Amino acid sequence: MPAAVAQLSRVAVFLQEHGDSAELAQAGDGGGLAAYAWLIPVVPMVVAFLILFFGKYSPWKGWGMATAALGFVAVYGTVLAVANLRDGIVAEFSVNVGDIGTFAIEWGWVVDGLSILMFFLVGVVGLLVFVYANAYMKGDARYTWFFASFTLFAGGMLVLVSAPNFIQLIVGWELVGVSSYLLIGHYWEDMDNIDAANKAFMTNKVADAALFIGAIIMSLSAGSFQFSEIFTRMIEGQTTLGQFGFWAGLAIFIGAMGKSAQFPFHVWLPDAMAGPTPVSALMHAATMVTAGVYLIARLFPFYQLPEFSGSVSTIIVIIGAITLLSMGLLAIVQDDIKRVLAYSTVSQLGYMVAALGVGAYTAGLFHLFTHAFFKALLFLGAGSIIHAVHSNNMSDMGGLRKYMPATFWTFLVGTAALVGIFPFAGFWSKDEIISSAFFNATNNPEFAVWFMVVLSILGAFITAFYMARVVSLTFFGTYLGDAKPHESPAVMVVPMVALAVGAATAGLLNIPGLTEVVTDWVTTRAFPIVEHHFAQPEYFLIAIVTPVVLLGLFIGWRLFGPSSELHYTGTGGEAVDVSAPQRKVAVERDTFRIPVLYPVLENKYYIDDLYMNGLVRPTMGPIADATLWVDMNVVDAVPNLGAGVARYAAAAVAVIDDNAVDGFYNVTGATTGATGSFLRQLFPGRVQQYVALSFAGVVIFAALFVIF
Amino acid sequence: MQELFDSGWGLSLIVFLPLVGALVLALIPRRFEAGIKWTALVTTGVTLVLAGIMVSLFDFSATQEFQFGVDVEWIETINANFHIAVDGISLPLVVLSTLIMFLSVIYSWDHWPEPHNPKLLMVLAMVLATGMVGTFLALDLILFFVFFEVVLLPMYFMIGIWGDTGIRKVPVVNWEIEMRLYASIKFFLFTLAGSAFMLLGFLALYFASGDHGERTFDILELTALGTAGAFVGTFAFWVFAAIFAGFAVKVPMWPLHTWLPDAHTAAPTIGSVILAAVLLKLGTYGFIRIAIPILPDEARNWAWFIGVLAVIGIIYGSLACLAQTDVKRLIAYSSVGHMGFIMLGVATLTTIGINAAIIGMVAHGLITGLLFFLAGSMAHRYHTREMPRMGGQMTLMPQMGVLLGLAAMASLGLPALAGFWGEFMSLLASFNPLPGLSNSLFRTLMVIASVGTVLTAGYMLWMLRSINFGKPSGEWVSAQLKDVGTYEWIAWAPLVILIIAIGLYPKIVFGATNDAVINLVASAFGGG
Amino acid sequence: MMTIIQWILLGAALFSVGLYGVLTRRNAVLVLASVEIMLAAVNINLVAFDTYLSDPAYTGQIFALFVIALAAAEVGVGIAIILMIFRNRHSVDVDELDLMRY
Repeated sequence: MPAAVAQLSRVAVFLQEHGDSAELAQAGDGGGLAAYAWLIPVVPMVVAFLILFFGKYSPWKGWGMATAALGFVAVYGTVLAVANLRDGIVAEFSVNVGDIGTFAIEWGWVVDGLSILMFFLVGVVGLLVFVYANAYMKGDARYTWFFASFTLFAGGMLVLVSAPNFIQLIVGWELVGVSSYLLIGHYWEDMDNIDAANKAFMTNKVADAALFIGAIIMSLSAGSFQFSEIFTRMIEGQTTLGQFGFWAGLAIFIGAMGKSAQFPFHVWLPDAMAGPTPVSALMHAATMVTAGVYLIARLFPFYQLPEFSGSVSTIIVIIGAITLLSMGLLAIVQDDIKRVLAYSTVSQLGYMVAALGVGAYTAGLFHLFTHAFFKALLFLGAGSIIHAVHSNNMSDMGGLRKYMPATFWTFLVGTAALVGIFPFAGFWSKDEIISSAFFNATNNPEFAVWFMVVLSILGAFITAFYMARVVSLTFFGTYLGDAKPHESPAVMVVPMVALAVGAATAGLLNIPGLTEVVTDWVTTRAFPIVEHHFAQPEYFLIAIVTPVVLLGLFIGWRLFGPSSELHYTGTGGEAVDVSAPQRKVAVERDTFRIPVLYPVLENKYYIDDLYMNGLVRPTMGPIADATLWVDMNVVDAVPNLGAGVARYAAAAVAVIDDNAVDGFYNVTGATTGATGSFLRQLFPGRVQQYVALSFAGVVIFAALFVIF
Repeated sequence: MQELFDSGWGLSLIVFLPLVGALVLALIPRRFEAGIKWTALVTTGVTLVLAGIMVSLFDFSATQEFQFGVDVEWIETINANFHIAVDGISLPLVVLSTLIMFLSVIYSWDHWPEPHNPKLLMVLAMVLATGMVGTFLALDLILFFVFFEVVLLPMYFMIGIWGDTGIRKVPVVNWEIEMRLYASIKFFLFTLAGSAFMLLGFLALYFASGDHGERTFDILELTALGTAGAFVGTFAFWVFAAIFAGFAVKVPMWPLHTWLPDAHTAAPTIGSVILAAVLLKLGTYGFIRIAIPILPDEARNWAWFIGVLAVIGIIYGSLACLAQTDVKRLIAYSSVGHMGFIMLGVATLTTIGINAAIIGMVAHGLITGLLFFLAGSMAHRYHTREMPRMGGQMTLMPQMGVLLGLAAMASLGLPALAGFWGEFMSLLASFNPLPGLSNSLFRTLMVIASVGTVLTAGYMLWMLRSINFGKPSGEWVSAQLKDVGTYEWIAWAPLVILIIAIGLYPKIVFGATNDAVINLVASAFGGG
Repeated sequence: MMTIIQWILLGAALFSVGLYGVLTRRNAVLVLASVEIMLAAVNINLVAFDTYLSDPAYTGQIFALFVIALAAAEVGVGIAIILMIFRNRHSVDVDELDLMRY
């Protein structure tokens, strides 16, 4: 591809200006492998529609087709990943589908380290989740429909990550949004689920409006929708982006906040747990919520340059930091196990976003990579539990270790990876984020970066605490539920084991100074990424963070574990009546354990209430009603009153007409009539008389004619 | 076929074939319903095929040129000619109208509104078809006006005869009047009042053109005069105001929109479909074809005003939707919002904006047409249009539910469906309006309009929530509702396919419009 | 050699007879017959003057033919009307047909 070569040379100039800290991987164009990568988004999209129409008649009622599609993506993604690690692939293809003014609208696919990472994650994690869903969704009334929308969900994400331009990105972005709407509202008989789906869609739509604006500003400033064009023109100084860069960057970041559920757009994600558990697993691991992180990473060449993006990165850091701590805190008061994991996801997304904000591109994506494994694992584990106990609430669980050993051990691996225990995946990725933040903070002492360093260490503590709580309440103690718990079938356990292997080992791919697989992987881009790479692990930070994590685990275990004498009892220490409303028990337990924060956390910082009472209800209620009232009574009053006046005027005219104008005609008519009735007496109606008269007339006229 | 179109007869056939069909229909006795249906079907079908042939023969490398034209003397004394021709701007709209007419006839196959009179309904529909297509093709102001007005009467009768017989309580003046009467009269008077001004404007242009040679009604000659700066100053201001009044009522722009919810709600299903899908476009098309090219300077002066009204329409229409319980009325108000996006695109006076307006017109025609079809079919089954009474449609009629979902998503501007392009590109255009227009104003409008996209999503989801989801109430479970029927599928499938196709491949529309619009903007504003 | 006077006198006589019949007969059929006699008188006048004036276009004679044709049609319609009247009223006495007032 000559175009790519030309691009690389332009980038080389940029490299010289920005010093050697930015390294550009040597990359090939990927050959046919990249040229046919369009199949990755297209196959799932096509299969989704095939399932919709023919799924019912296919083997396994659509599951087979869906899994085959994801299997294809997984294999292709893996092949691309291997090829990328060996040679490096940077390629971009576009197909024109229309021109508007001087702008070209194109569908295309970009194949570089970043998109390959996402192909790989969506494919592999998706495949495992789809396999799992076979058993989990068994007996569902809309089994085929579920797999159609689930495949569409994955396909939408693949459209998004393969996008070389803003238009396709937005298309994928909203496809993910709409399919998540379908999936969250999968059990649509229950209005609560539909409300959750609407909430997700609307929250995202608000953010999308910002994304639209950002994309518009950026595209118009550069004169193209295409990312590579925008970056090239940016580097070559051919844009007016400097003028609007901050606003563009901020607007796009708000869009990313919506999808990645960053504070204060996080409200939809916990409610989205209304969907089936496999959906939550995929949504939180590889698709949907990672889209925001992906977007910032895709635009990283823009965000890393303050001369264009201004101080947006500071805002990103602060938002990320706030999110990672505040959402972690919310996780500790939830009784619904999926909600704990949901808040945990938001918190971890906060880490990723903050990492990208401080310029730790690799660290953020590395965390996205490892998080995909262990969060999918934790959700599948939670699903396995829910499948067994028929309840989402931890107050219905307890002691499951004995009944579900496989679930227990894999869940434990996931927990270890999430909280960051050496040598599980999360340890390495979280460490890299904190190290990068610390490095930045020491080299460029800025409030925001220090803020993030402190909050991320606190966040690690909170993460450890709530995960210890989840594990204790779920797997230890005695079982409190009604249903008879049992281990899940093999088709569910196998994906969990596979993910557990990933969660345990994924971190080993990027050990500073030792392996740099992920670094090489994600920095294979057409544009240089300026970031610091560590030659060795930051032992100093590990020495701080690991004890903090262990402390969190310990406190959590002490408060909620079986050794706590209050574990099965209410606040006063008396034995709990298992038949009592469990929700109440959970609340009492948590209010006792988390005394000061509890009321605020229980109400989710009142943000949901604020949106509902401050925004949604007024808009749908009084404001909408007032608009309609104005329309009917004010705007429409003009023509209606006009018509009314016209009718009164018409009535007045009618009176005049009847009496004055018509009077004249009536009098005339009456006179004529009277004359007529006099005259008609002359004509009795005898034909012969008429003839005689007329003959007489003729005679008279003839006589006159002769005489004169 | 090439000769047929090159001689100009092809276009004339597309325009007048429906009228011939109407005459044939008039000769068929009322009781031969099959004959009436087939005549209507064949007439609209042949018209659609002719439109298809026109597209296949159309030279897409020269979309800015008027093709297949015919220009013959008509009313010699006022130099009005029968001048019709098609270019890239009118091409998609002509195809849209012929398609919608064909589908309306198919849909009518087993949906005859009461009082049952297929013959008259079809005659009126055929006359409508001639009027609509003629308006899109006319290149003479008098001809344009005649076609524009021809549309009025059939629609008036459609609403007045087959309309909703419910009672409409009119506030402020405290009338209680039958819905169909109120709506039809309102529709008629609004449009007629607008077109009266419009005719004045046309006449003024005619007399003013006398200062620069022979007086003319020819749009192309007037455009040439206009771009050369023949119409300026106070005169042009008042002419633009008059023409604006005519088109703004038809679009409809806030605050001249109040006829629309009533007319759409009261009209029988195919009436609503034709009204929403095609009739509203006559107004926007008029702006693009007549107002802007002939009076470019005034268009520049009025742009801010049009833009502001458009954005008020977007927000206001969306809010009004949120307060609706009547599904047809909701869709009707949604048109106010969507036409707002289209007019915002027009107001920017840029190539992107006008392209966005045209694709928005086509998309709105397809999507809102489908929505009104669906609303009509639902009302036919439920015997109510009140959304709070409905619910659980996904269980009752899954196919209908899926189609409604798709149409609603398309309507809220979901990318990869047709509605996205108009909405997004209008926003895009208003970030950088024509040089000389206020950047800050239009950027503000862009931000407000993007809030409109959120509100649009809000009411569409609200509608889906009320109709599609939840458990169906006992009233409907026992009602044995029939899911989408054969004729309905045949009538709707083309719309669904086109909505997806244009969403994925916008070149279907942009391929025709882009060069034409670039040329229009370049000649009117000297680049841009 | 007959002069025009004789033909005119014949025409006048016939016309008078017809007129007398029209004015005095009570039976509608006979009234109609009398009208025919008057038309015959007119025809005689037309032909007589045509011959007297030696009109090269034979206008009078052609007119006479027209009158004969029209008279036939008139009789047809007239008889039909009278038939209908008889059916409805069982009488063809013109004195009783005085409904054509006002």
